[in-house]
Amino acid sequence: MAAPIAIHLEFGGGAELLFGSVKEHHVTLPNQSEPWDMKQLLVWIRGNMLKERPELFVQGDTVRPGILVLINDADWELMGELEYELQDKDNVVFISTLHGG
Amino acid sequence: MCQVDEEYNGQLDHRVTPRVSKKCVKCKENTTVLIIRAGDAFCRGCFKEYFIHKFRAMLGKNRVIFPGEKVLLAVSGGPASSSMLSQVQEGLSRDAPKKLRFVPGIIYIDEGGASGQSMEERKRAVAQLESVFRATNYHYHIVHLEQVLSLPSSVLEAGSSATEKPQTGSSYKAAVDHFIPTRKNQNQHPDLSVENAQSLLSNLSMQEVQNGVTSPITHEHTQALQRLFASVRTPTAKEDLLHTLRQHLILHTARTQGYTKVMMGDSCSRLAIKLLSNISLGRGASLATDTGFSDPRHGDVVIVRPMRDYSSKEIAYYNRMFDIPSVFIPGLDSKAQDKASIQRLTESFVTKLQTDFPSTVSTIYRTSEKLHTACPPQNTNTQLSAKCLLCVCALDTKLEEFSAYQATLISEQLSQRRGPGPDQGCETGDGGCCSSAKSTVDLKSLLCYSCRLTIKDMTALDALPQYILSEAERRRSQMREEISEFLLDEEENEAIPRVNGS
Repeated sequence: MAAPIAIHLEFGGGAELLFGSVKEHHVTLPNQSEPWDMKQLLVWIRGNMLKERPELFVQGDTVRPGILVLINDADWELMGELEYELQDKDNVVFISTLHGG
Repeated sequence: MCQVDEEYNGQLDHRVTPRVSKKCVKCKENTTVLIIRAGDAFCRGCFKEYFIHKFRAMLGKNRVIFPGEKVLLAVSGGPASSSMLSQVQEGLSRDAPKKLRFVPGIIYIDEGGASGQSMEERKRAVAQLESVFRATNYHYHIVHLEQVLSLPSSVLEAGSSATEKPQTGSSYKAAVDHFIPTRKNQNQHPDLSVENAQSLLSNLSMQEVQNGVTSPITHEHTQALQRLFASVRTPTAKEDLLHTLRQHLILHTARTQGYTKVMMGDSCSRLAIKLLSNISLGRGASLATDTGFSDPRHGDVVIVRPMRDYSSKEIAYYNRMFDIPSVFIPGLDSKAQDKASIQRLTESFVTKLQTDFPSTVSTIYRTSEKLHTACPPQNTNTQLSAKCLLCVCALDTKLEEFSAYQATLISEQLSQRRGPGPDQGCETGDGGCCSSAKSTVDLKSLLCYSCRLTIKDMTALDALPQYILSEAERRRSQMREEISEFLLDEEENEAIPRVNGS
């Protein structure tokens, strides 16, 4: 029922190495009945975008420790972390603070 | 409590996402954008103020940078050092009397030769960084890691401090107060004073020769460097060696270009990881100098770490929000597994712990602040031979009775199989090194414990840069001279029992 959502993803700090060294991605999440939340987005990224070494980006349900997530330039801890529901044209940024990306 | 399959049955909740109020804790007006530490939410403007203030407070609290000094900023392109560069720009641009007063220069070390990057990738990265450096209008030096092969051996000697600057607060204040009126007088006088002329000249030379690269890098150099790193077996030792060579290069550039201070961009999180991994590497004796604010081991050049109060989260957010340019350059440990090296393992341990217990990094940091060196580090009576050849910290391998070092030697001896034939005794008195070549044995006596471990992991010692080998030779002959008068004549020497009769 929900319309497909267009999301702008950015990767920094070395995380882009896992995505073909491309920093910016415009993706459209397909239709589904419930609204998309961050948990589902991570699953989607892992399945559709990660070219290699998923354990360097996702750990279990959430991102690997050391990777910061910003939603519309704000800390995702303020938005509810994994429970945040994505809106159309949201901007999600993943910045790795680890040594090796 | 420490069992594997312990069931807590709901006694421990999963970390509850803190429901912080949407208003900034400082100004209580604007909406928050970021949480620092365990629940302080800041808005954009307050965060910027807080960030900038911390840098200046760190420099002001530790009064080691005197006005007018030349300071070299070691920029790797990563977020912390780029942030440090922007803070220095910010601090130097304010109007007096609050502005920082020193003369900055930038150094960038291109390590692509060691991490296996192609020449085009390296050139691209260097070009990106050069555009960032040019925008700052500071003098910058681009140094390739291959240049470490042609360093002079004087870089391994600790220099004496250039001038006698007592480290008391009053002399710092006096220096600052003296500086301000001098500048004012110079600006008022119409004729050029010496200092103005010098600054104009340096500006001219900056425009002509921006790039500090003197010798072009040939393919042979890169291959020699790769041979050196290929001869190191473990990633732990590789990272350690890379770090050492990097320090030597920075030190050499600082000395030849007249810089008395070097600023490194180690953040709080990085230093916490470094502290723990240094303990694991056997560098416990030099923890204070490796992770403290100022590192005086080289004598004439002091290394300071002004970013040591910032967590990597704060740095990453600041860079993102205020568009600080930083270039990610893949290094030796990019995309390495968690257990590849001690450093990586420690990093993953600390970051994982930090997510569940947000005060981990700051606790480690507070502990490291309490570490001090026992005796004054700049002891001019310390002989050169008492310093490690590679890391220039005091040798900690004096074989005392019942020391931990003796215990490691004994267990090493016991766990090695005795091969047939080789000499039982080694001149330096080390226990279980019978099977290693004589040159390893000789080099070991000049190194501290953890550098010995690094060297032990190397298969080909002759791949080491020439300056290290020649300095080792020089120190050995110096040692031999010093003890020669106490040695018995060669033919009468019965101290070492010979296994082979001939």
